[in-house]
Amino acid sequence: MICYEVRKNSYYDSVTLMLISKEVKNIEGVKDVMVGMGTDLNKELSNNLGLGSEKLDELSPNDFFISADVVDEAIMEQVVERVNGLLKEKKSSAGSDYRPATIKSALEMMPEANMAVVSIAGQYAEGEVSRLLDNDLHVMLFSDNVSVEAELRLKQKAVDKGLLMMGPDCGTAIINGVPLAFANVVKKGPIGIVGASGTGTQEVSTLIDKLGSGLSQVIGTGGRDLKSEIGGLMMLQGFEALMRDESTEVIVLISKPPSPEVAEKILGKVSETKKPVVVDFIGGDIEAIKAAGAYPCLTLEDAAYKAVALAKGETPVDFTGFSLSDEAIDKVVTSKVAALKPEQKYFRGLFTGGTLADEAMKMLGQSFGGIYSNIPLSPEYAIENLTTLSGHVCLDLGEDQFTVGRPHPMIDPSTRSDRFKTDIANDVAVVLVDVVLGYGSHENPAKEVADAIHEVNKKLDNNVIYVASITGTEGDPQDLKASQSVLEAEGFIVMPSNAQAVRLVQKIMDQLNKKGA
Amino acid sequence: MNRIDRLFSQDLKVINMGLESFSKDLKKQEVPVVQMDWRPRAGGNAKLVALLDKLKSNK
Repeated sequence: MICYEVRKNSYYDSVTLMLISKEVKNIEGVKDVMVGMGTDLNKELSNNLGLGSEKLDELSPNDFFISADVVDEAIMEQVVERVNGLLKEKKSSAGSDYRPATIKSALEMMPEANMAVVSIAGQYAEGEVSRLLDNDLHVMLFSDNVSVEAELRLKQKAVDKGLLMMGPDCGTAIINGVPLAFANVVKKGPIGIVGASGTGTQEVSTLIDKLGSGLSQVIGTGGRDLKSEIGGLMMLQGFEALMRDESTEVIVLISKPPSPEVAEKILGKVSETKKPVVVDFIGGDIEAIKAAGAYPCLTLEDAAYKAVALAKGETPVDFTGFSLSDEAIDKVVTSKVAALKPEQKYFRGLFTGGTLADEAMKMLGQSFGGIYSNIPLSPEYAIENLTTLSGHVCLDLGEDQFTVGRPHPMIDPSTRSDRFKTDIANDVAVVLVDVVLGYGSHENPAKEVADAIHEVNKKLDNNVIYVASITGTEGDPQDLKASQSVLEAEGFIVMPSNAQAVRLVQKIMDQLNKKGA
Repeated sequence: MNRIDRLFSQDLKVINMGLESFSKDLKKQEVPVVQMDWRPRAGGNAKLVALLDKLKSNK
């Protein structure tokens, strides 16, 4: 039977409610349940789950509801009780501080506020961010679903006022040493980053930290900044600020390949500074970067190595190998491949970080055949049907098709754990994953991966080769060493970077193909 | 002084509008943060919001 609980004018944020939905689904006697606000999206999701009703159609985005398919009313009572308990738990852990409802009253509480982090539903973001900029606040706009037109209006306003407007869909920034949203705890140092790619920026900043250097500022721009519609407004704004900043000696720019006219504009600006500039336009035009007097990169890891070398006054060289010796790597590859059975042929990349998935596919190219994906390098490798996979596959599990009604897999690893169950079969030879630590991320993502793979392995007849890299530092709230140990205990080969993990996969697949031939 | 240059020379003080976990992370690092009790204006009713904006601009 379908039961409902509705509370008018009770607002909670969507991530909290998605996590609560997941929790109450585990109650025995609950077939399906949705806990959410009365937004159009949630009404549609309820209908799709067979939990919709006219009662829900009347709700506004300020009204809270539970709709559940349960065996009887007593179970519904349990659901309501559990939801109340979880909401109360959340409230007490958030403290009893007064919470202003308007920007005006927030500024009365904190007149010297200089940064606003905005993560409300995208359709409401423009109005609120515009008001924040009017009040001379710098903004990090985490929300997605903000139109390109709104982004342009907001960024133009920010540029006119000399403010930062990082986003929309900006996942990471480190301002004055403070990680905002999804970011790692890194040492302070002479390298500044402006990044249009969240996990790409996290990967470079953590590797700089691991190489013993540090960061002055990490400015995010949101993924669309270097498209022609936006014209790189925030990358230029951030770059100019780092040019002036005395604590920044080396500047790193990270983005997917920009549109040509934006690349020209950015590289034109690059040629104006005497500070060394490292540019990773992931898979973009290397010659244009060289012509601007900047240092192009082969991978995110290479960007970190080059920036650290330049900060030390050394000449940067391409880093294309492994931290371990070639002999040690070859030994691992040979022993792992020898244990594979003849039917094990395929590669699976299952990523929570979009840029890391993109980097993996670009590095592997066509070397062992085309790789199918939800973010394919060319349209013929787009996956139509996500329920049955075949061939080599690499997925970005943070994309919309996996996150409707669920939090991003960096917050809720169960999205990926579910994919492990369906996507790793007896014909798979090697699985590659990323594990992203830092503020914002799940409290122990490595353990979630290890536990899920443990269950998958029980059902497989063959030994799959598991390769991982961890984007994280010793300073992160999750324990980096323990994260590595828990993965290794489950049989993972943990590599020092995404690039090295991909190179290892390449060697494994090469050897496998030689064996097959 | 440019506003971004000024930001780089100040301690960060944050207003958080949205996910509370971001506030909690900042509090753990002893960064001053005000968590807003944000909810959609006019109950998320687009027509009412447009009316409110009109009233405000006529003030």
